[in-house]
Amino acid sequence: MLYLYDGALDVPTLLKEWYEEEAQSNYGAYIPFVGTVRSENGIDGLSFDIYEPILLSWFEAWQEKAKERGALIKMAHSRGDVMLHESSYIAAVFSPKRRVALEFIDEFVEDFKASAPIWKYDLIDGKRVYAKDRSTAIKGSGILAGESK
Amino acid sequence: MVRVEFLGPIQKEALELEIANLNELAQILQEDKELSEWLQNSAVAVNDTLVSSLDYPVKDGDKISLLPPVCGG
Repeated sequence: MLYLYDGALDVPTLLKEWYEEEAQSNYGAYIPFVGTVRSENGIDGLSFDIYEPILLSWFEAWQEKAKERGALIKMAHSRGDVMLHESSYIAAVFSPKRRVALEFIDEFVEDFKASAPIWKYDLIDGKRVYAKDRSTAIKGSGILAGESK
Repeated sequence: MVRVEFLGPIQKEALELEIANLNELAQILQEDKELSEWLQNSAVAVNDTLVSSLDYPVKDGDKISLLPPVCGG
């Protein structure tokens, strides 16, 4: 279950809704990760672009992996501007036992950072500045730069 | 025609090209000096599937996307 929103996430509402949706599903563990925009380097906030078709297929592949381990993933992300101390990202894993959820949230969020087609910009003086230094090239990048055969 | 889209921070309008594989696309894009850094660090998708080889065939109506380095969250 993947949810995309324009602007900041309503964290209390989402966490409550997700909790209530699975309250009767017999999961023993619900482990949410909430990402919050921090004040650093003089930014006013962050802004995001998302390429939805590939984000969706990436997420579905992870949901299948979760299913194999009896777990379920929910994720919400912002599009556009998110200001300081607001949230742009929530990921949560539900699983029968806590160990699977704890491990899975770590693997999932790490791969999210490295692979999900989302681009981050710092908001500085009303301008969007691509967060190049904090970005990661997707695995397999660079094939178009090689010597053409 | 194949449509080539540049995603995220790559500030470039989409192209419509007559090409048969990604090798031909690489040759065309390498002539654009402003793209050289993006070509080094971008992934390539054909019809929204990431590809790892330039030998990948493309046909009329296909969509190619260049995905620069990502940072969600």
